[in-house]
Amino acid sequence: MPQSLEYLKETPSQTAGPYVHIGLAPGAAGFQIYEQELGQDIAGPNAKGERIRVEGLVIDGTGSPVKDVLLEVWQANADGVYPHPEHANHDTVEEGFRGWGRVITNFETGEWAFDTVKPGALMGRNGQMMAPHINLWIVARGINVGLNTRLYFDDEAEANAADPIINVIEWEKRRETLIAKRSERDGETVYRFDIRLQGDDETVFFDI
Amino acid sequence: MTQTPKKQGEFYQRDRRWHPPAYDKDYKTSVARSPKLSLISLENTPSEITGPRFGHGDMTPIDNDLLSNYAQPDQSPIGERIIVHGRVLDENARPVPNTLVEIWQANAGGRYRHKKDTYLAPIDPNFGGCGRTMTDENGYYFFRTVKPGAYPWRNWVNDWRPAHIHVSVFGSGFAQRLITQLYFEGDPLVKTCPIVATIPDPEAIEQLIAKLDMNATIPLDTIAYKFDIVLRGRRSTLFENRLEGN
Repeated sequence: MPQSLEYLKETPSQTAGPYVHIGLAPGAAGFQIYEQELGQDIAGPNAKGERIRVEGLVIDGTGSPVKDVLLEVWQANADGVYPHPEHANHDTVEEGFRGWGRVITNFETGEWAFDTVKPGALMGRNGQMMAPHINLWIVARGINVGLNTRLYFDDEAEANAADPIINVIEWEKRRETLIAKRSERDGETVYRFDIRLQGDDETVFFDI
Repeated sequence: MTQTPKKQGEFYQRDRRWHPPAYDKDYKTSVARSPKLSLISLENTPSEITGPRFGHGDMTPIDNDLLSNYAQPDQSPIGERIIVHGRVLDENARPVPNTLVEIWQANAGGRYRHKKDTYLAPIDPNFGGCGRTMTDENGYYFFRTVKPGAYPWRNWVNDWRPAHIHVSVFGSGFAQRLITQLYFEGDPLVKTCPIVATIPDPEAIEQLIAKLDMNATIPLDTIAYKFDIVLRGRRSTLFENRLEGN
């Protein structure tokens, strides 16, 4: 026997199940328990940049909305900086900017939405700029390992065309699944981002 | 103990054959909710290496005590009183300090406090069913709760979930984000459960089974189970990664 490397194995994932809200958003499950639920304010009051709303559906392989899904958001601020000690200039992030949030659906329709600021572009690997994007993590009953994807913005066509992650996707047609569509509604900027778990136009999911 | 390097690099790639596949015909809900196309593999960028951070200001000390965090004064939930404790480690066996651990579960009768749960077992007025805490500087965490009950669910006509606690953990980077389930040593339902069986490797399943820990019990009061959680580890940047070209 050669020497042992003594690494541990990552704990295997299990589905978050239908009652994920009890743990991560108990108000949505129907009761108040914590003084403060986490993840309800992504950008905070002091964030610079354009205020936006993002909304959409998660759609299953039959074309039906997934009504019990929960999403988590992770994004940089308008300057493209994450509030994390390993990111350069993180001490410049506005007070109260968390960059992270939890998004639950309307249990009747499956529609979800969150309010934030539009993130800025930031440096990726190899000195290549990444277009503005929001990282999403999707869990639900029937999803055995949380799904990672990225939301890009359709009004950033030039930056998107140069984005090193979008360009990793061999099939140009599939790149479209990551682009949120901008519109104006009642003076608000709204981006639409439907996520298709399976089937025609299946959203690109990443193994990060 | 592995020496802590000054600078850490990318996360080790996730062993997708250790985790359950997206599609498992015996866990029926996964069939229409599983991507059919391959995941696109990405090397880490700052978007994956960074992640949200939490502090004690985000919660109150009672949040990790499910025996009291929803109970009426001087009352407590019905059921077997248990402590669940352990450490959050990475694949290098280093502790993951100051990270958020959240749990949720059914009550002792197998009923969830959720508007979508209609199982006939009763709601316990003194049990909410969720808790949260931060690991300490050694990666240690603990909760106090009641042992959840088994309950039936619609998959085949007679499937029962083994007693389990859902566990959510963050780590330092978004690439470490993990939700899993804790099962209990000796539960015969573990072997029959299609959700447990989505995990292909029996050794990986063992990793989800909390062990009875008599040394951590409180005599005449509360029994204990130990459950360590392992998140992805990171490379040591002994040599700079060759970032240009390939």
